[in-house]
Amino acid sequence: MAHAPDAAHDEHGHHPTAKTYLWTALFLTIVTIIEISAYYIKPWEQSAIYVPSMIFMSAVKFGVVCAVYMHLKYDNKLFRNLFVGPLAIAILTCIGLLFLFGKVAINLSRGA
Amino acid sequence: MSATALETTGAADAHAHGHHYTTTGLDNRKIAIWAFIGSECMLFVSLISTYLIYKGKSRVGPYPHEAWTDPATGETFKAILNIPVTSFSTFVLLMSSLAMVLAHNAVVNRHVKRTTFMARLEGNPFFWLMATALLGIVFLMCQAYEFTSFVNEGLGLTTNLFSSSFYVLTGFHGAHVTAGVLWLFTLASIDKKRGLTPAEGLNVDLCALYWHFVDVVWIAIFVLLYLIK
Repeated sequence: MAHAPDAAHDEHGHHPTAKTYLWTALFLTIVTIIEISAYYIKPWEQSAIYVPSMIFMSAVKFGVVCAVYMHLKYDNKLFRNLFVGPLAIAILTCIGLLFLFGKVAINLSRGA
Repeated sequence: MSATALETTGAADAHAHGHHYTTTGLDNRKIAIWAFIGSECMLFVSLISTYLIYKGKSRVGPYPHEAWTDPATGETFKAILNIPVTSFSTFVLLMSSLAMVLAHNAVVNRHVKRTTFMARLEGNPFFWLMATALLGIVFLMCQAYEFTSFVNEGLGLTTNLFSSSFYVLTGFHGAHVTAGVLWLFTLASIDKKRGLTPAEGLNVDLCALYWHFVDVVWIAIFVLLYLIK
């Protein structure tokens, strides 16, 4: 119990200011606009980089909301582990299922 | 003072301030909400996985991104997803997350003296809590409009694999948004009645974590369901 005040300080951390939140919202809005624009830009939408780029932008938005709005960047590491652990298990299971049902595949043959 | 006496004093002090510290030194309510969010990740990823596995395997339309002609009747159904409406609702949910963090910020910094109108607005938790809840309601209205238009266009819950997995996934998300809106209204009514104090910042923080989680789930759903064909 003696360490509770220190832990409490760590738990609440140094949260960002309202200005940081506004800049974060602006960043998220810009990335969302780029995502929606990509859907309507045919050369981009039909290119091989479309799906990876959309997943990348989505992951960036996901990470920024978790880090800044959910304070994972500032709070105790235990909270991060409680979130990232199950999320990693879930994503790996999803990838495994996609391989199992043939939605994604790795071509190991040479010169095919 | 002995270690036991120190612990007793610390526990009494913690209870007096409304904290419930565990052996980790962290508040058990915050650990609980993060464990809950971790389990919710598994729920939503399983629903997303189901959608992705069934994607493109529907034998009959309407389809999400392509037009479809019913061979029996010759009736043509256009692509069902309405990207402009969903883009708007995505923006609304993003802005609700901003309002939520500003509500938490306002409660935690309630003791700060504010003189200008904008500063007083920034430090008004009731305003931001209500703004978050109302934006959540706008999102739900967009979803209700979307579901209604889909049903009117012939896409029921059991029409095809796409519709079943789509309605279950987005319906579960909508149910979570509804629960969040009720939680927000509860906090707003408490603030209106007696004012949330900075010591009660954790109560708002727990609601905020839940709300942001609902937002990040939508970030994934929006790209995987709506934008990737």
